[in-house]
Amino acid sequence: MPAVSKGDGMRGLAVFISDIRNCKSKEAEIKRINKELANIRSKFKGDKALDGYSKKKYVCKLLFIFLLGHDIDFGHMEAVNLLSSNKYTEKQIGYLFISVLVNSNSDLISLINNAIKNDLSSRNPTFMNLALHCIANVGSREMAEAFAAEVPRILVAGDTMDSVKQSAALCLLRLNRTSPDLVLMGEWTARVVHLLNDQHLGVVTAATSLITTLAQKSPEDFKTSVSLAVARLSRIVSSASTDLQDYTYYFVAAPWLSVKLLRLLQCYPPPEDGAIRGRLTECLETILNKAQEPPKSKKVQHSNAKNAVLFEAISLIIHHDSEPTLLVRACNQLGQFLQHRETNLRYLALESMCTLASSEFSHEAVKTHIETVINALKSERDVSVRQRAVDLLYAMCDRSNAKQIVAEMLSYLETADYSIREEIVLKVAILAEKYAVDYTWYVDTILNLIRFAGDYVSDEVWYRVIQIVINRDEVQGYAAKTVFEALQAPACHENLVKVGGYILGEFGNLIAGDSRSSPLVQFDLLHSKFHLCSVPTRALLLSAYIKFINLFPEVKGTIQEVLRSDSQLRNADVELQQRAVEYLRLSSIASTDILATVLEEMPPFPERESSILAKLKRKKGPGNLHPDLDENRKERSANGGTADHSSTTSNAKSSPLSFVGDLLAPASTAPSTKRPRPVSSSYLLQAPLTPIPPQASAVPVLLSAGPLFQVAASPTPSTDLLGLGSTITTQNSAPPASKGTSLLVDVFSENIAAFPVETPVAVGPVADENFSRFVCKNNGVLYENQLLQIGLKSEFRQNLGRMYVFFGNKTSTQFMNFAASVVCQDTLQTQLNVHAKPADPTVDGGAQLQQILNIECMSDFVDAPVLNIQFRYGGTLQNVAVKLPITLNKFFQPTEMTSQDFFQRWKQLGAPQQEVQKIFKAKHSMDTEVTKAKIMGFGAALLDGVDPNPSNFVGAGVIHTKTTQVGCLLRLEPNTHAQMYRLTLRTSRDTVSQRLCDLLSEQF
Amino acid sequence: MIKAILIFNNHGKPRLSKFYEHYSEDTEQQIIRETFHLVSKRDENVCNFLEGGMLIGGSENKLIYRHYATLYFVFCVDSSESGLGILDLIQVFVETLDKCFENVCELDLIFHVDKVHNILAEMVMGGMVLETNMNEIITQVDAQNKMEKSEAGIAGAPARAVSAVKNMNLPEMPRNINIGDISIKVPNLPSFK
Repeated sequence: MPAVSKGDGMRGLAVFISDIRNCKSKEAEIKRINKELANIRSKFKGDKALDGYSKKKYVCKLLFIFLLGHDIDFGHMEAVNLLSSNKYTEKQIGYLFISVLVNSNSDLISLINNAIKNDLSSRNPTFMNLALHCIANVGSREMAEAFAAEVPRILVAGDTMDSVKQSAALCLLRLNRTSPDLVLMGEWTARVVHLLNDQHLGVVTAATSLITTLAQKSPEDFKTSVSLAVARLSRIVSSASTDLQDYTYYFVAAPWLSVKLLRLLQCYPPPEDGAIRGRLTECLETILNKAQEPPKSKKVQHSNAKNAVLFEAISLIIHHDSEPTLLVRACNQLGQFLQHRETNLRYLALESMCTLASSEFSHEAVKTHIETVINALKSERDVSVRQRAVDLLYAMCDRSNAKQIVAEMLSYLETADYSIREEIVLKVAILAEKYAVDYTWYVDTILNLIRFAGDYVSDEVWYRVIQIVINRDEVQGYAAKTVFEALQAPACHENLVKVGGYILGEFGNLIAGDSRSSPLVQFDLLHSKFHLCSVPTRALLLSAYIKFINLFPEVKGTIQEVLRSDSQLRNADVELQQRAVEYLRLSSIASTDILATVLEEMPPFPERESSILAKLKRKKGPGNLHPDLDENRKERSANGGTADHSSTTSNAKSSPLSFVGDLLAPASTAPSTKRPRPVSSSYLLQAPLTPIPPQASAVPVLLSAGPLFQVAASPTPSTDLLGLGSTITTQNSAPPASKGTSLLVDVFSENIAAFPVETPVAVGPVADENFSRFVCKNNGVLYENQLLQIGLKSEFRQNLGRMYVFFGNKTSTQFMNFAASVVCQDTLQTQLNVHAKPADPTVDGGAQLQQILNIECMSDFVDAPVLNIQFRYGGTLQNVAVKLPITLNKFFQPTEMTSQDFFQRWKQLGAPQQEVQKIFKAKHSMDTEVTKAKIMGFGAALLDGVDPNPSNFVGAGVIHTKTTQVGCLLRLEPNTHAQMYRLTLRTSRDTVSQRLCDLLSEQF
Repeated sequence: MIKAILIFNNHGKPRLSKFYEHYSEDTEQQIIRETFHLVSKRDENVCNFLEGGMLIGGSENKLIYRHYATLYFVFCVDSSESGLGILDLIQVFVETLDKCFENVCELDLIFHVDKVHNILAEMVMGGMVLETNMNEIITQVDAQNKMEKSEAGIAGAPARAVSAVKNMNLPEMPRNINIGDISIKVPNLPSFK
């Protein structure tokens, strides 16, 4: 039986639509529409009251006109009036008009709200549904204000019909999206979680969507949903396909609900409760097993539904990243899909593998599919799939396969779709840089990039190659030779001319010994490109010429001749003219020494995050870049944030600082050894070969005042041209003075009431005597003086912690204006959130005051926050500052594993920067039991029987931060004979390895 | 979350547009055009997923579509939705339309925009999937129709009479095309742009 009978259409509407269909031209159509609009307008304005049928007909016409792309600027009021009708038909069409045509900032909202309010309280489920739909579809702030409290009530009320519950759940979800601040958690939250047990699967589906979104906002409130979701999932997965009746879709039991439940579980880490965890693992295994079973139907819908669940299960396995066997099974399953005949599955498999590649457990397994992926890149007919293949190659790339992957991407670039060329260029440039073992390969790769896809090579890419060549002296000669050869091509891309001009201007002397690339040949080659280039490139070439004059006195005459020509000196472009004039003057009046100083080789660039990477992030959004060790390392070292512990490390290679030093060192010694040139005392006096952006030419230059200084002055704004202007500020961030003031500001801002107008007090030295005692324990006395005792009690779970601070007044006099605040300095602010609950401003004599600190670890950190305490005792203001023992190891979760697992992971974490080792003398007696207790107190699981040598200690755990989880393995080898220890830490993140090693080594 | 649901025919004429995020009317039309441009140039037999156009959030969002005879059904979704799940949802939507209209065709979508919106509202609400069980959806739609009929009463009778005439006037020359397991009757619409 058809649910919609075709006979009940509206004649007027049909005629109108037919008319439009018969219009021969766009003009005729517009004419017809305008006629109709005029007609409807007059009907609405007319005196005669319209019946419901007519209103409905006209609203339908308006909807149709709107769909064709014409503005509708009337009818809203009529639609609002329809809302208050008692007839379903009229009400329904009114709501339809509003949800399609009324946007969230309409001034009619308050009228609409009134109608909705009436319908919500009507107790008629159909009307309630219409109203809830309207709220969800419009979702304006005013609606949220009006109904944010009402909707949850409807949702959890016992007598609400199922269909209304469903709508209410999604309506609430929408309100939470548009105005999260208005949807307040309350006693309804617990009851919402229990909707996961509802009889009606539609209600469960809607509730799961709601809970997933709310749980992302406040995971603690919905923690109980995990066990319910696992139970529900387990019931679905293990049910026979007929159990769920209508929710069985092509022989798959409730696929949507399964997908939603698996999504919900991805909001949380693996369940801690062993039983629940086991049940979940069982579910995931069943899903993986079912994927292998022969299909129950040949229809594509069957396999779609089955695989939808499978892919979501794989996402969950990847998210948990804790069950190696499941991860490997997932990887194998995806591997099968890579060659599946369904394009959709190939696409999704490539997409999922991208995330799998970043897991340390499965990275190697993913790599085995490299040939298939490369083949997909070459042979797939579908650009969407090819793009995913590029993404996956990028994700699976490491040092072992970088050359192959870069070569494949380069060769694909020649035929790639225009839409994705720029992205491929960026990816190739990043991979080439990141995994360059020898930099000649890197230079070749970038030049090839410019050759194959010059138009898609953005400025960032060629800036970067110049940065690297300048910073690495071993590649300079090769770079000069290669660009020289590349420039021989009759037609080369302008970007190549830029790179060529810059590099020859700096390092042309390195190849000038060969008569085939003598100075004059180099100059002629560059100048042959000059006239084909745009103004910025010409400006750059002019700078290259003046550098040539310094490098090769023998071509001075030729170059001066060129500079003197009318086409330069009288160039219409002010920038070119200015450069020509200045450079000509400079070359004629300055002595060789001055010239050599002014035109000294560019100083090395400060190391910083690759600007290419920043560009790719901007282009793709952060989600598509897997978190990568090398990138993190660069970011950290660029910020200079890890200075204080580098001296203690015995493994110099893993120190982030030495990485910077490595890059900079050769460059700072190079100029004097390589070239017989005077080394300038100040880098400021160097003319950079920079393509000065147009606005830079606005700086007025007076030649007569002495050209030297003008040239010398211009570098300052443009030295930083190669990328991120922010480095200067980040590198010099937080000079001591500002540290002090910001600290005071913090103190005052939190305690305005307690300190009306107090003279600023310099904060004294920060006490940290007892700090290291708390590394392996959570409770104890942190600080004590004659007046005050501070005790701590703390608990940590995953990336969250709570610390109870007890302030004991040891005197018999009341402390007044008591205030304690926690300050996270510098980078720590972004790494750690410490929220102090306000406490009483007075502490009676002999009494104790308790303050609660809530702690959240955002990312791994080194420094400790400082607890500042101020109070008035007698007449004087007292200040105490104590380092709070919140250390990275507090966010450890112990992980038990077998010997085999341990060594497998140990091997996987074999990169030099992942390991930190320290050999140190024992400070305390070397008692086995004490050592064991300390390792467990440190947070790691103590693994027995793993190390073949029984006197060694082996531990494992996971550091939880909000952004990532870092798996950590440690091994402590005592040597009782020498009273020494050797401690080795391996984690997937170098900064974590370093910090944990520093912390733990202090304990023995 | 589903950002938008678009239905247009092989020539890019919109047949249904439902946006769950607010865009200006102009932008909505541009999004429809852009999406049509992206989707229509793709071969048959390629995958059903592609990155969204620039106007609707670029690579943040995915377009998931199915092509049935003369119509494209396109869902624009963010990363929180399962791709295959949405494909199935489109299938459920089409099967439901097919049941409600008895061999649905493009003309049904044109002449019964309100009905199509109602059916969609039973499945997707504010960008989230509300109900996926076809029988449940059809039950709801049936209930609504009953209410409509009872309300129409005598007033609706003449309208029904003329619409019978309308149906005779419309040139419907159906050819049946098998897609998957359902058949959608596709009218021959030479004059229709």
